Amino acid sequence: MTKVVAVTGNEAVANAFRQVEPDVCAAYPITPQTELMQRFAAFVSNGEVKTEMILVESEHSAMSACVGAAAAGGRVATATSSQGLALMWEILFIASGLRLPIVMPVVNRALSAPINIHCDHSDAMGARDSGWIQLWSENAQEAYDNTIQAFKIAENMDIRLPVMVCYDGFIISHSIERIEYLDDDVVKEFVGEYKPLYPLLDIDNPKSYGPLILTDLYHEVRKAHSEVYKKVPKVVLEVAKDFEKISGRKYGLFESYRLDDAEIGIVILNSAAGTTKDVIDEYREKGVKVGLLKPRLFRPFPYEDVGKALSHLKAVCVLDRADAFGGSFGPLYLDISASLCNFKEKPVLINRIYGLGGRDYMPEHAQQVIEELQEISKTGKIKILKEYIGVRE
Amino acid sequence: MIGWKDIPPGMVILEPGSALKFKTGSWRAFKPRWIEENCIQCLLCWLYCPDNAVKVKDGKRQDFDFEYCKGCGLCALECPGKKGNKAIVMEEEVK
Repeated sequence: MTKVVAVTGNEAVANAFRQVEPDVCAAYPITPQTELMQRFAAFVSNGEVKTEMILVESEHSAMSACVGAAAAGGRVATATSSQGLALMWEILFIASGLRLPIVMPVVNRALSAPINIHCDHSDAMGARDSGWIQLWSENAQEAYDNTIQAFKIAENMDIRLPVMVCYDGFIISHSIERIEYLDDDVVKEFVGEYKPLYPLLDIDNPKSYGPLILTDLYHEVRKAHSEVYKKVPKVVLEVAKDFEKISGRKYGLFESYRLDDAEIGIVILNSAAGTTKDVIDEYREKGVKVGLLKPRLFRPFPYEDVGKALSHLKAVCVLDRADAFGGSFGPLYLDISASLCNFKEKPVLINRIYGLGGRDYMPEHAQQVIEELQEISKTGKIKILKEYIGVRE
Repeated sequence: MIGWKDIPPGMVILEPGSALKFKTGSWRAFKPRWIEENCIQCLLCWLYCPDNAVKVKDGKRQDFDFEYCKGCGLCALECPGKKGNKAIVMEEEVK
């Protein structure tokens, strides 16, 4: 029996944590993640879960405590945003390098300076190469569903990698939406009992984590590590299939929306995909063949599948809610571009930066992009390759 | 030398005490010298040695194991000696 509720994205994810009941949770508050951990801490205080909640002095310590607890042999979770994720950066690589299956919702928020508490994707994009799996979520339902699936993906014995679940700060974290909750025992059975791989607390079998590896072996260790990511998409799809059985909701590596017969397309992450789909419907009614691709598994990036899904289009706009300063394009654009570069027939690509620091993404922004894509598909000419939209002159 | 296919997950080392195979004596610039007549057998050097360079047998300190001594000098620093005379002194390593 699923339960239909009206809750915020943070409340939904806190409830997923309650249902999974990690052994250890070390966290530090930061807007807009705070409400999630505040609600989960209430579950701990009320005795609804037996999770050991560790209140630390910073996110660097939060992630360090998570690494220790996961190496000890516990199921571990935390959550953060923005500067908090930036402060964790050093330890993120240690969590993935040691293959510790920590689950961490990242409630996307802009990075300083200037200080800003609202949504953009620069925080998670800054950690995109840290070796964490990243699942991105359009709405509160997807954030809840991805959080539950994240435990099962992370803990799969073939991969054992940490997972970030990204969802948009305030837009999703603080807005109230209709959500379907799974039953507690259904979630518990889905994630199953936690099986540690090399627990330090198994004192009869002593082991060492984090050795010094120099020129003679580091290169091999990294090659072995890089190979693990090839197994991730299959595990993500298997978990999605199992999840569909208990929820009725389908998940893939990405979502294709009216893309198969489309001539032009938009690639966009998270909540703005919802707005874009509405605008696509309007244009479809006018006979414009436009579709959308919304990545879900952003790390590891499923290059081949994404390339195949987009290669038949004439023109594609990749909308990035983060810029890569001093680089050339937004981070999502770079991966889409890499996905398509070896196809003989491929679309013309443009990159638009939108919604930084919580600037609203409005239907007219999607309209503007679709109009421009129609023009490009007709003429084959690009006026500006990369540009900000919704910006005052 | 092992290839990448033999790397364990997370490079976790499952063999206890395998650091014994990693000999670090060649790192030394200074070498400790044990002066037995000044030694009160307090074993502080054994306690403070960050490696495996101070050998103890039947509760008694033996000479250094120079295969593991990096010459950090912690033992010499901690050594209380006998009546102000150190039982460990650091001397420049000569090849």
